[in-house]
Amino acid sequence: MHPAFSVIFLTTLIGAGQGLFLALFTGQFYSTVELVEPQPASFYAVGSALSLALLVGGLAASFFHLGRPERAWRAAAMWRTSWLSREVIVLPAMMGIVFLYGVFHWAGWTQPFIVLGEGTLPIDATFVLGMLGVLVTLALFVSTGMIYASVKFLQEWHSPYTIVNFIFLGTASGFMLAAAYSALLGNHLVGFFGTWAVIATLLGLGTRTASLMRNASIKHRSNLQTAIGIRHRGIVQKSQGFSADSFNTREFFHHQSPETLKLIRVMFMVLVFPLPIALVLLAYALASPTLPILAFVVQYIGLIAERWYFFAEAEHPQNLYYQQIS
Amino acid sequence: MTQLALVIDLNVCVGCHACVTSCKQWNTSGWAGPMVDENPYDANPTGTFFNRVQTYEVGSFPSTETVHFPKSCLHCEDPPCVPVCPTGASYKREDNGVVLVDYDKCIGCKYCSWACPYGVRELDEQQKVMKKCTLCIDRITDHTLPEAERKPACVIACPTNARLYGDVHDPDSEVSVAIRERGGYALMPEWGTNPANHYLPRQKTHMHVTEEDLQRSDNPLTKEDITVYQGEETMEDVTW
Repeated sequence: MHPAFSVIFLTTLIGAGQGLFLALFTGQFYSTVELVEPQPASFYAVGSALSLALLVGGLAASFFHLGRPERAWRAAAMWRTSWLSREVIVLPAMMGIVFLYGVFHWAGWTQPFIVLGEGTLPIDATFVLGMLGVLVTLALFVSTGMIYASVKFLQEWHSPYTIVNFIFLGTASGFMLAAAYSALLGNHLVGFFGTWAVIATLLGLGTRTASLMRNASIKHRSNLQTAIGIRHRGIVQKSQGFSADSFNTREFFHHQSPETLKLIRVMFMVLVFPLPIALVLLAYALASPTLPILAFVVQYIGLIAERWYFFAEAEHPQNLYYQQIS
Repeated sequence: MTQLALVIDLNVCVGCHACVTSCKQWNTSGWAGPMVDENPYDANPTGTFFNRVQTYEVGSFPSTETVHFPKSCLHCEDPPCVPVCPTGASYKREDNGVVLVDYDKCIGCKYCSWACPYGVRELDEQQKVMKKCTLCIDRITDHTLPEAERKPACVIACPTNARLYGDVHDPDSEVSVAIRERGGYALMPEWGTNPANHYLPRQKTHMHVTEEDLQRSDNPLTKEDITVYQGEETMEDVTW
C-alpha cells in the first residue's frame, strides 16, 4: 500500500493523544488512592488541552486524506457496518470527554459526591469523566485498528496484532509525553509516567515483533492463477492496459526499494523501542528535566516510521493485476 | 431476484480495446459528468476508466499463448466494498444487483478501493470521488431505448461478441447457459466475494485423427489375407 502521510499523522497523533489522556487519568487515579502525590488542577487542565490538541491535530490530518473533506460529516452514517464510520463517531466523542475532563479540573468542580471504599475512594465528576474517557479511548483504539484489521484482503493487517499494536504503541507514546510534560513542569511524576511508558513500550515491542514475524512468513491467498483464472504456472503480464500510471498503481504500491523498506524497519525498531527506554532510564538516573522530552520526540519520530512501514508492508491482491506497464 | 452481469469469453476476445473506448465515450458523456483525463496528449497520460483490457502471456516460448483479459467491476453478489463505506455512497441496487457509487455522497476516502481485491475502483483525480463500472445503468434501465440497445456500451461495441450480458439468476438466460455449459468461472474465488461477472475459458479445438479414420478396418478394397498356413492347428482341430 502507498503510505499516505495524512493517515500516518492521524493514527500517530490521536494515538499519543489517547495515551496522554490514559496517563492523566492513571495519575489522577493513583493520587486519589494516595499512591502518588496530588497534582494541581492546572496539571490536568493543561494536560487535557495537550491531549485535545493532539486529537484535533489527528483529525485535521485525516481531512487531507479525503477527496471531498466538505462532505466529511456524512461519514457518521454507516456505523452499523463500517469501522471507519465508528471511528468518525468515537473520535469527536473522545474529544468532548477530554474537553469536559479538562474544564472540570480547571474550574475546580471536583467535590466528591460519593465516597467509596470506607472513605478511601472519593468519586467526583472528573473521576466519572475519566472512567468514561478510558472506555472511549479503548473504543477509539479498537475502531482505528479495526479499520485496517477488518480488511481481509490485506493479510498483513488482518490480524489482532494490528489492534494491540495500536493500543500499546499509542499508550506508550502518550505516557512518554506525560513523563516529558511532568519533567517540563518539574513535578515528581516523571518516574511514575516513565515507568508506565517503559512497560507499554516493552509490550508494544513484543506485539510489534510478533506481527513482523507473522508477516515475514505470510502466505498470500491470491496469485496470478486465481486472479485471471488460468491454471498455468508460467503466466506473465505483458500489459496492464494503459501506458502510464493510474489510481491502481498510485494507491496500492509504495514504489520504494526493498532496501528502503528494510532501512525504515530497522529505524523504527530502534527509535520506537530501545532508544526511548534508554533515554527514560538515563533521565531517571541523571534526574534530567529534558531527556524525557527527547525520549518522547524520538519515539514519536519512530512511530511515524513504524506507521509508514505498516502501510508499505501490506501487499494488496489487486497488485497482481498491475505488474507491467506497456 | 435479478442479478445483472457480464460474461466475458476469453476464447474470442482479441484485445482490441473497443469495450474500453466505448465505455469511456458513453460514461464520460453521461449524467455523471466526465471521467477525467490528465495529460491525455502528453507524457504520462492518466485518467479514470471503468474497464481495462490487460494482456497476459501464458507458458514459455515456443508454446506460449496470449490472453487478452478485460477487467471491470464484477458486481459481486457479496460485495466487500459496500459495508466498509462510511457514508453509504457505495451500494448494491436491490432490483438488479448492480453495485454503484452515489457520487454526491462519496467523500473520496478510498476505503472501498482497499476493500476490493480486484482493483476495479478508481478515484477520479479531479472530481475526487470513487468511480467504477455502472454496467451502464443509465442505458440498461432506460425504457425509451429499443430493447436491443438496453445493454452496456461495451457489450454493444464488442466486435467478436466476447461480452455477454444478462441476468445470471435466470437459469435460462444466455449468460447462465454460457456459464453452465461452457465452464464459466469467477475470479479469485478464495475470497468468497461471489462475483456476478464470469469468464469463459479459452478452448482449443483439437482434431483427433485415428488410424482407423484414415484407413477403414473393414475397407473392402483391402486385400484379403491369402497366406497359406501349414502344420498349425486348423479350425477343424479345435472346434466341433
